[in-house]
Amino acid sequence: MIAALATLLAFQLAGEALRAALHLPVPGPVIGMALLLVWLVIRRGPGEPLRHTSGTLLQNLSLMFVPAGTGVMLHMGRLADEAWPIAIALVASTVLGIVAAGLTLHRLTRHQEDAQ
Amino acid sequence: MTPDSMTEIWVYLSAQPLLWLTLTLAIYLLAVFLHRKSGGLPAVNPVLISVSILVALLLATGTPYQRYFDGAQFVHFLLGPTTVALAVPLHAQLKRLLAMSGPLLIALVVGSLVAGLSAYAIGAWLGASAPTLASLAPKSVTTPIAMGIAERLGGLASLTAVFVILTGIFGAIFATGILRCLGVKDEASVGFAMGLASHGIGTARAFQLSEQTGAFAALAMGINGLFTALTLPWLLPMLAPLLR
Repeated sequence: MIAALATLLAFQLAGEALRAALHLPVPGPVIGMALLLVWLVIRRGPGEPLRHTSGTLLQNLSLMFVPAGTGVMLHMGRLADEAWPIAIALVASTVLGIVAAGLTLHRLTRHQEDAQ
Repeated sequence: MTPDSMTEIWVYLSAQPLLWLTLTLAIYLLAVFLHRKSGGLPAVNPVLISVSILVALLLATGTPYQRYFDGAQFVHFLLGPTTVALAVPLHAQLKRLLAMSGPLLIALVVGSLVAGLSAYAIGAWLGASAPTLASLAPKSVTTPIAMGIAERLGGLASLTAVFVILTGIFGAIFATGILRCLGVKDEASVGFAMGLASHGIGTARAFQLSEQTGAFAALAMGINGLFTALTLPWLLPMLAPLLR
């Protein structure tokens, strides 16, 4: 588990370094994810420890958003002042985004899915 | 134990990172327990429950967010390596993802532009302030990318983080229902839509549905973060006068 964690951190570190060196607009962990994907293609898949540790972390992905989410308490004032525009814009645009992405992909791949 | 010594222990412990770290984990476990008890009901969302309990607790005890975060930052830190770990399910689905790369790219462009620009246009139409609008536009992408984009557009990074998480919770709760109404049930489309519109929280929910759904969500989250970071900072100032 420690070796797997070290692997993940090393790829995150490489991602951060690349972001800083090339002034990329994408965060280090996302670049690290892309680098690890390339590495997994070269190595033809993860070893058992990495598969296991990744699975455990991803099963608890929700937990990682709790500390930042609790930051909602810092913005109670603005959220109350602009409650309706914020709520409606947030809900409507998220619904539109879900529908646009889901429906587009569904329509474009329907024949492919049917064939399977 | 006398009330005085209780107060003393509280004063000591509440200043330690250990207390809020332990409470974050314990409350999350309780939220997961409630989620399972409900039979995996999307409305009983673990992030929503955990955040609600923690905010109530912090307000009731008069604890500032910064002191809470001193402890919770250890959990927050895990977001980095966990994002890297998304490469593992992506690799497992790589053949399927590559076979669909054309449709995936088109769905990315359509979904990403609709999610970002409609948030700005609807907020502007309803009279939201400029910093609020700039913080709303990147709300569908993962927190660190969204914060960076909002700052470049004149928004508030910490407010953006809140919008991102509210969007994620909303998407995680309602995406499957909305798509089912439209007859969209295949794992690829459902997962892709969840990851695109509601980033990591939607992806967390997608992994509960199946590993395939989760892999498509992880892909959508990653490429939408990239695409939005590259397009929104110049596209939005250009289109803003038209959207108002």
